[in-house]
Amino acid sequence: MKELRLMKGNEAIAEAAIRAGADGYFGYPITPQSEVLEYLMAQKPHERTGMVVLQAESEVAAINMVYGGASCGKKVMTSSSSPGISLKMEGISYMAGAELPGLIVNVTRGGPGLGTIQPSQSDYFQATKGGGHGDYRLIVLAPASVQETYDFVKLSFDLAFKYRNPVMILTDGIIGQMMEKVELGDQIPRSTREEIIKACPWATTGKTPDRQRSVITSLDLDSNKQEKHVLKLGAKYDKMEQDEVRFEKINCDDAEYIFVAFGSSARICQKSIEIGRAKGIKVGLIRPITLFPFPKKPIAEIANKVKGILTVEMNLGQMIEDVRLAVNGKVKVEHYGRTGGIIPTPEEVLIALEQKIIGG
Amino acid sequence: MQSAINKKQRTTNIELFNLKKMTEEIIIAGFGGQGVLSMGKILAYSGIMQNKEVSWMPSYGPEMRGGTANVTVIISDERISSPILTSYDTAIILNQQSMDKFEKSVKVGGCLIYDGNGITRHPERKDINIYRIDANDEAAKQGILKVFNMMVLGGYLKVKPIISSEFVRKGLEKSLPARHHDMIPENEKAVEIGKKIIKQIHAAN
Repeated sequence: MKELRLMKGNEAIAEAAIRAGADGYFGYPITPQSEVLEYLMAQKPHERTGMVVLQAESEVAAINMVYGGASCGKKVMTSSSSPGISLKMEGISYMAGAELPGLIVNVTRGGPGLGTIQPSQSDYFQATKGGGHGDYRLIVLAPASVQETYDFVKLSFDLAFKYRNPVMILTDGIIGQMMEKVELGDQIPRSTREEIIKACPWATTGKTPDRQRSVITSLDLDSNKQEKHVLKLGAKYDKMEQDEVRFEKINCDDAEYIFVAFGSSARICQKSIEIGRAKGIKVGLIRPITLFPFPKKPIAEIANKVKGILTVEMNLGQMIEDVRLAVNGKVKVEHYGRTGGIIPTPEEVLIALEQKIIGG
Repeated sequence: MQSAINKKQRTTNIELFNLKKMTEEIIIAGFGGQGVLSMGKILAYSGIMQNKEVSWMPSYGPEMRGGTANVTVIISDERISSPILTSYDTAIILNQQSMDKFEKSVKVGGCLIYDGNGITRHPERKDINIYRIDANDEAAKQGILKVFNMMVLGGYLKVKPIISSEFVRKGLEKSLPARHHDMIPENEKAVEIGKKIIKQIHAAN
C-alpha cells in the first residue's frame, strides 16, 4: 500500500517537491504559505536527495534564483502568497521570454496591496492574463484538494519542461492551511548532470567543442528576430490550448443550472449542490483545473443544455470573463463572490443561484 | 458451532456497516493552548487509519495568536465537499465564547458536547442532544492536564463511536512525533477515562 499522510496543502507542496526530484526551492516567508519553507527546512532535503532549499533575502531574489537554476536545466521552484507573487512578476515574465521551465506556487490571500492574510481567489487575472509584462502565458493549475496540490507539483514540473515555460499552481489559504489525506508517490531521483545535458540541450551546462554555446536571454533588439520569437511563443500557447486543458464535471448530466468554480470555491459549490439537489434544484458543477488553458469547449457545450450559469469565485468577478467568452451569449452568466478573506458559505451560494439565475 | 454463528453474525454486521455511508461534520472550539487543533488532528489521522476520507480546517490568523481557536473536522466514507461549514453534526465546545458562537450551529438532532469548566451560560437548546464532560476538572485532579484534550476526544468517541480504539492508537502513532511515542499509553488512558466520565444531560426532543 502507498504511504498515507494527513498533511496541510502547504506541506504537501513541499513534500511533493522533494519526491518529484526537484533540485532547488527558493522562497521567502509570507502567510498563508510559510509552511512550505518551514516544512522543507525541517525535512533537510539536502540530506534526503541533495535538493537545495534556500531562504532568499527577498521575493525578487528568490524568483531570480529560480531563473538562474532553470537556466542550467535544473528543476527549480518558488512559492509565495499574493503580495509576494506581485514582486516576482518581473522575473516570471523574463522566464517566459527566455523560455525557462520552473514552478511558481501562489497560495492566494486577499488583496489588493497587503490586503489580508485570509484566503481569496483575487489573483485569477494576474495568474492567467499576464501580471508581468509582454505577450506571455503561464500554464495555471488550480487544485481543489490537498491530494491534487501534491499531485500537481510533479505535473507542473513535467509540463514546465515539456513546454519550456513557467507553470503556476494557483491555490489559496484554505487549501494551503487545511489538512487532508494524501497518498504519497515514490521518490523520483534528481536528474544527473548527464541526464540534464541530454534532456536540455538549450541549458547553460558548460560549452563543449561539439556544440554551439547556449544563450539564455529574453532580449533581442532586432525586431524581426523578436517577432519571430514571440510568434514561436504564441504557437506554444496554442499547443497548450489544444493539448493541456483539464477540468472536472460533477452532476452535470441532468443539470438545468451550472456552477463554474475553481479550487476551494469548487469544494463549497459541491456542498451547495448537495443542499440544492435535496431541495429539487438540478444543479451541477464544471471545475476548471487548468485556468490557462481554460476549458472553453466543455463550458460552450453545456451552455446549449442549461438554463443558466453562476460563477462562484472569492473575488469581484474575474473568471466570469472567460466563462462569458466561452458561453458567447447563449445563456445568462452571473457571478457570486466574497472578498477580503470572507469565505462564502454553501447556503449563500445556493441563495445566489436562486436569486441571480433561477429567479432572475 | 457457536463460533461459526458468531463469525457469520460478524460478517453481516460488517456488511451492514459498509452499506451505510457515514459522514460526520464536527466543530471543535476552545481557547488556543487547550489542544483543540491537535485533538482534531488525532481524530482526522485516526479516520485515515480506518480508511475514511477526512478534512481538517483550522481557523488561522489573528484569532489563533491568543484567543479562541477552532477546527472543522469532517470524517466520511465519501469524497468530502466543502471543508468549511455553517452547521455541524457535533460541536465540541471548551469555552464560553465558543458556546455563544457555535451552540446555534448544531444541526437539529445533532450533538453538543461541552466541558463545564468556565461555562457561565449552559446550552439551552431542546432540539439537540447535549453531553457534558468535566474533563478539565478530572485531568487536574489526576494531574494529567496535558492529555485533557484526549479525555474530551474519548467522550466524543463514546457518543459517536465512528473510530475504533485500535485506529485511535494508530492515529496517535502517526500524529505524535516519534520522540513522544512513550506518551501514547497515557493518551490512550485519557481516552478511556473520557468515555467513562461523559454524561448525557439532555436528549433531543
